[in-house]
Amino acid sequence: MAGHAKQLTYEDNRHQESEKVYQSLEPGRKVKPKKPKRNGDVMVIFAFMAPALLIYGLYVVYSIGMTFYYSLYEWSGISNTMVFQGLQNYVTLMQDGIFWTSLQNNLLLVAASLLTQLPLGLIMALLLFSPVKGMRFFRSIYFMPFLMSTVAIGILFIYIYDGNFGIINQILGQLGLESWQRGWLGNEETAIWAVIATVCWQFAPFYMILFRAAIVGIPEDLYEAAEIDGASPRKKFLHITLPLLIPTIVTSAILSIIGSLKYFDLIFVMTDGGPNNSTELMATYMYEQTFTNFNMGYGSSISFTMFLIALIITVFILFFDQKRKGES
Amino acid sequence: MLKKLNEVPLYMLAIFLLLFTGLPFLIMVSASFKTQMEFMSSPWSWPDKFSFENYRLLFESEFFRFFYNSVIVSVISVVAVIILAAMASYPLARMKFRLSRPLFILFLVGMMIPIHTTLIPIFLLTKNLGLYDSIWALPGPYIAFALPVSIVIFTQFLKELPKELEESAKMDGCGHFRLFWKILFPLLTPAVATVAIYNFIQIWNEFIFALVLTTSPENATLPLGLREFYGQFSVNVPGIMAALTLGSLPLLLIYLVAQEKIVKGIAAGSVKG
Repeated sequence: MAGHAKQLTYEDNRHQESEKVYQSLEPGRKVKPKKPKRNGDVMVIFAFMAPALLIYGLYVVYSIGMTFYYSLYEWSGISNTMVFQGLQNYVTLMQDGIFWTSLQNNLLLVAASLLTQLPLGLIMALLLFSPVKGMRFFRSIYFMPFLMSTVAIGILFIYIYDGNFGIINQILGQLGLESWQRGWLGNEETAIWAVIATVCWQFAPFYMILFRAAIVGIPEDLYEAAEIDGASPRKKFLHITLPLLIPTIVTSAILSIIGSLKYFDLIFVMTDGGPNNSTELMATYMYEQTFTNFNMGYGSSISFTMFLIALIITVFILFFDQKRKGES
Repeated sequence: MLKKLNEVPLYMLAIFLLLFTGLPFLIMVSASFKTQMEFMSSPWSWPDKFSFENYRLLFESEFFRFFYNSVIVSVISVVAVIILAAMASYPLARMKFRLSRPLFILFLVGMMIPIHTTLIPIFLLTKNLGLYDSIWALPGPYIAFALPVSIVIFTQFLKELPKELEESAKMDGCGHFRLFWKILFPLLTPAVATVAIYNFIQIWNEFIFALVLTTSPENATLPLGLREFYGQFSVNVPGIMAALTLGSLPLLLIYLVAQEKIVKGIAAGSVKG
């Protein structure tokens, strides 16, 4: 009984004390009971965000952390024995010729994507604004490759590149270029280029859409003013369209680089990294190590390296983009 | 006259690009209507007479099982993403709290991450959750990876709605939940369309998680099923072409109906992302 009374006084005292603090901080102002409302807000924020945070936290944040954790072990993924290795997997990786080949192929894919998909996408987008009749029809067809699943594209192009009956070889035959005929995907020298051409076919329409949206956003009166000054179409493109497209070009470049670094589907379906690892990418090599050879730890170290490379490149691009923005 | 002459190279370029983008589709569709015999003798010509045999065989195969799996997984994932992302965006866009910026950036970073970084832990997690080799393994990762771009789109859209909406709702004694679902969410319709379209295309065509998280043919989604077909019947080229055509048809049909919306949705989804 006594303890209970004591507790009450204590609570009372504390309450009075806190009121005193409030009053001394804001003299002459009535103290408002702020706390309950704030708690209510926290509950509301929590209730609205918890489901998304839970799923995102589990599948993305936790998983990235676990990738690093697994990369420190030697582990088959099936057995219960995990042997701690420290950074040994990364040391092995740095000495792994196939990994370097795959990284090189990824960088080749990045360069090829930037040099083919973006310009082609831009040309297609500019063409949409030209006076060509029936542009709506052209646009509908131009965009179609992007909607097809990568697996379907991969299978379709396996037949297109086929060494016996593929249409590429048929066309070459009709042009009298029999010596150029070959099994495009079975040949170590041509396989990577055949795949790169397919990636370009798939993604150029995507950049067309991005550039088109950006060109629509350019105010018409800029062109009208240039026309009054007698600017040629070429000048209008170089001095109005291109400068205003730079933010879109930066965005497209980021998307293209990130996309090329994590590329997987098409190569997996078309060549599975072959022949003789000539089309191996980091992602296909990671898949092979993890799910074919059951080196979960080693596979994780490839995964995490991919993550770091993508992170560094993104930060790099964003840094230069900020600098460019600061200058202009 | 001069102007007309100037247009000739433009038309040539336009037609060249038309052939470049369109020819593979034409090849695919035309081959799908051939018999194997006809394909052998002239693989890439237009079919002499249309044979529907390849499509009839597809109806007897597992094709519609794959199709059904894809529909279930895509629809559930997209609906869940819309609800979860819209809810999470509400406090981020319209309430002031200390963690709002860090939480937003946490989601934003998710767009830059190569999904393969999470593949191995998600594979193990799925096994531990007892969802391995079932179509229910897929919505989790699909939702998680669709959340960032969706939250960015919803947050931006919500920020542009007038502040008075909350004030008048509060005056009427309307709580946060009713305010959100009854007043704000209906106003989000254009953003919902963008989010739905963008994510549906991504999820419908997704391959690597489906490959790693399921193994039995009866749990395969369409991209996985097409690969399965290819593995089994790669010699029957016209049959495979029919499967590819039918598998690509749903998105192409939706595209024909809602072209403008889809194009806008993809542009918005990518640039924000």
